[in-house]
Amino acid sequence: MLELAIGIILGCCALGAGMAMIAGIGPGIGEGNAVARACEAIGRQPEAKGSITSTLFVGCAIAETTGLYALVIAILLIFVAPDMLVNILTSTLG
Amino acid sequence: MNKVSRKFLTVDILLILGMILPILTAIVITVLFSPPTDGVEITGALIFFTIPMPIQDFPITEAQINSALVMISIFCLCLYMTHGLKENPELKRQHIAEMIVEKAEALVKDNMGDHFSGFAPFIASILALSAFSSLLSLFGLFPPTSDLNIVAGWAILVFALITYYKLKCGPLNYAKSFADPPALAPLNVISEVATPVSMALRHYGNVLSGTVIGVLIATALQGLSHLALGWAPGFLADIPLFQVGLPAVLSIYFDVFSGLLQAYIFAMLTMLYVSGAFNVDLYLKLRAEKKKKKENKRNKQYNENKVLEEK
Repeated sequence: MLELAIGIILGCCALGAGMAMIAGIGPGIGEGNAVARACEAIGRQPEAKGSITSTLFVGCAIAETTGLYALVIAILLIFVAPDMLVNILTSTLG
Repeated sequence: MNKVSRKFLTVDILLILGMILPILTAIVITVLFSPPTDGVEITGALIFFTIPMPIQDFPITEAQINSALVMISIFCLCLYMTHGLKENPELKRQHIAEMIVEKAEALVKDNMGDHFSGFAPFIASILALSAFSSLLSLFGLFPPTSDLNIVAGWAILVFALITYYKLKCGPLNYAKSFADPPALAPLNVISEVATPVSMALRHYGNVLSGTVIGVLIATALQGLSHLALGWAPGFLADIPLFQVGLPAVLSIYFDVFSGLLQAYIFAMLTMLYVSGAFNVDLYLKLRAEKKKKKENKRNKQYNENKVLEEK
């Protein structure tokens, strides 16, 4: 019975980590849009390439933040949560 | 070509040793203390020892040691670059040092305005510390920036700076800035706290994701070459067929490019947040008002004294 419970915990942690990374879609679309607009702007004004590129990097980094939140949660679910939950389970069951 | 004195050369060699020795020390510590793995394990920073403290034990980890060693290394690098400064530069390193200082000052001036021109050393040092810490993974060491505690410390420092510059216009104006639309005051408080959290998590997540992806790809390639050559007899089975080359190319993106970009972005966001927190016009207006009040008071006192004297 304990083995089944531990198996369910491990499986659900892996599933949750996978589902958390669905959040990667958002930053992907957002950064794609930003880069497309930056390319257009450079095409229109090649002399402003430097400032456009640095603004693009900062904007991309900010757009990436939500994806990184998902990444941190996925890493916590894979590396930290299983040990913690199994410890709680074994200590409560004795 | 004028000759350099022996003393000058000795100091030079000592400073170069000061740059290299901390990195070597970090490598030796890592080799001595890290537990044996087959290279596919992803762990946090190693805890060397803990110092007992009244509330909670204070652990000394790999990340702290590496970070301190990087600081010593950068300190010696700066001393080396500025060693033997002259009005008419003879040494190549003085030109490089001058270029770095000019670049840093121009960057700060472009992004923060003239009022913050004294911020150039702070921004340059945070940039150098972040970049060198991330590049430490090229030596196979634990990069301090992939530990949340180190980056969170920097983010808290930036948060303190932001709050200090917001408070410079008076506590009343600081409180008023939260109630911009009064109904949204709680959300404004949350977004104020979210600034350091997002800065720390962004830097940490980027460096850590590079490490994790590197280990995953190395493991996958190991499995692949085992699959391809596993049937061969003797030492042929152990030839790392697919591990040659590809991880190095990925490391250029994930370790070098990503680390340097995150350092630049951290410095850039620091500049933007700090300069955005300070309302220069309001500050100058308040200061002028204060000055006027003081002057009025002094004039009044002066007139009163005059009247008394006349009596």
